[in-house]
Amino acid sequence: MTLSASLNGAEQRRPSRLGRMLEDRLPYLIVAPAILILLLVGLFPLIYSLIVSFQRITMTENDTSFVGFLNYAELFRDARLWAALGHTAIITAIALPLELLIGFLMAQLFIDRMPGRQLFVALLVLPTVISPIVAGATWRLMFDIRFGPIGEILSFIAGEPVRILWTVNPAYVYPAIVICEVWQWSPFMFLLLLAALSNVDQSQLEAAEIDGASYLRVLRAIVLPAIAPVVAVACLIRGLDLVRIFDIIWALTEGGPGSRTETISLYTYVQGFSQFETSYTAAISFLVIALLTLITTLVLKRMELAR
Amino acid sequence: MRVGKLPARKARILALRYLGAGVVTLLFLFPVYWLFMISFKTPDEIYHVPPLWIPGQIQFSNYYVLFKDGDVLAILNSLIVAGASSGIAIVLGTLCAYSLARFGTGGENLAMWIISQRMIPPIAVVFPIFLIYVYFGLVDGYFGLILIYTAFNLPYVIWMMRGYIVDVPLELEESALVDGLNRWEVIWKIVFPMVRAGLMATSVFTFVFAWNDFLFALVLTRTEVITFPVMLTHYFGGQSNFWGKIAAMSVLGTLPIFVAVSVMQRYLVRGISLGAVKG
Repeated sequence: MTLSASLNGAEQRRPSRLGRMLEDRLPYLIVAPAILILLLVGLFPLIYSLIVSFQRITMTENDTSFVGFLNYAELFRDARLWAALGHTAIITAIALPLELLIGFLMAQLFIDRMPGRQLFVALLVLPTVISPIVAGATWRLMFDIRFGPIGEILSFIAGEPVRILWTVNPAYVYPAIVICEVWQWSPFMFLLLLAALSNVDQSQLEAAEIDGASYLRVLRAIVLPAIAPVVAVACLIRGLDLVRIFDIIWALTEGGPGSRTETISLYTYVQGFSQFETSYTAAISFLVIALLTLITTLVLKRMELAR
Repeated sequence: MRVGKLPARKARILALRYLGAGVVTLLFLFPVYWLFMISFKTPDEIYHVPPLWIPGQIQFSNYYVLFKDGDVLAILNSLIVAGASSGIAIVLGTLCAYSLARFGTGGENLAMWIISQRMIPPIAVVFPIFLIYVYFGLVDGYFGLILIYTAFNLPYVIWMMRGYIVDVPLELEESALVDGLNRWEVIWKIVFPMVRAGLMATSVFTFVFAWNDFLFALVLTRTEVITFPVMLTHYFGGQSNFWGKIAAMSVLGTLPIFVAVSVMQRYLVRGISLGAVKG
């Protein structure tokens, strides 16, 4: 073994003083660069933002005097902000259960071995890994009223021409967004649930089968409790992503028509980069952080209780 | 729920499952097919009513335009930024993970703080980061983007690699130490080779995160280091959507991901679930 040869060679070497010092401090030395970057890019902007949120900086004036909670009080009077939060909640509340359900059904379909399963799984995962901007762009092409295939397919099914302005008509923008979102992320749920389902104790399932338990009963009594932790993690990951949804909406509707599909991320972007309401944007940022922290803590608490 | 006393019944169930699998795969892959197909169509075929389901011939003029106009540089920018940031995040993150896993540096608190950094919504930090970058002249440069993606990938790398490193048998490292290797050598010669599979999988995910990001690239680039998702949105607009360009650029921006993911299929589950499910 070359390894043991090199080990013997190392034994003869006497470490220099610098070498020993480096070795003694090693646990901290190797943590430092990563932590430094996290502080620099993660924490520093937040602190800066916190300070700015108590000032009165806008596009036209650079007033750095402190105004207390003025910007935060403004949050409560901002109807467009609450509308944006509402839009975000609607999209999350519809898309998340749909993704979970479709992912679960797909996992059920593929749980038993069948030749070629690996290939199916590999193909089905593709939507999840492509860039959300590409996903949005793709569906923009799919939904197009004249040149897109969706209208064609619907017309074929309905037996009469169906012409829908998916990304403009207020009645259809939400379905359009949800379809795109569910298309991209159901495979994510599918992948996690497939792994969770294949970890379910087989002997329990077989025992239940011998006892003649019905499918629904097995599902309720054995399968669901076994996959619950994974479902919780999956919902947490996807839930947080949905609350900060930006790319797909930007590519599909840009928040329109008007501001009808403007989510909290889009609204923050508009305030910061079109209106240049520096201080107010900072205040919104903290509202978003507070909300997400609240959701995360609640979910994690529930998970711990369930355990 | 393995039922199947009669071979005929078994065969019927299997046939039904294949049918279901086929339909589901068709539904999920059709948009991808549509995107690829448009990228090969001529403008006449793209703007044809009713839409054509199969291009008349495979032709590459949509791609040719991207190369001729230099738009393809956006792909190059994405490669540089995503490659460099995931490389740096992997090295620094794995070292940090080693310290957390083996020395318990900072205890559980530090580990929790690091993972909580991943929960920070990008939209909440992108604006202050923009202001700071403007101040230091980092907007529209490689360094700025690489720094931000490194920072956003670090918690993920640390979290994942900590899991992989904990799985390395401690005796292996101890015997190497007894044999006279110092810690640095143990890390480079014992630990890194042992977690190589984890390193590969994690670096694919960090690459994909950086590659797919839109928000930071949108805010922090202007003309010089535009990445491909931002370039893609430049083709949108009112009545004159450049569909051929949109499709061709999307395909170019998607192929590297498809290749990376098919190589890494084995690690997909553990990777996307932050290790919550050992795939």
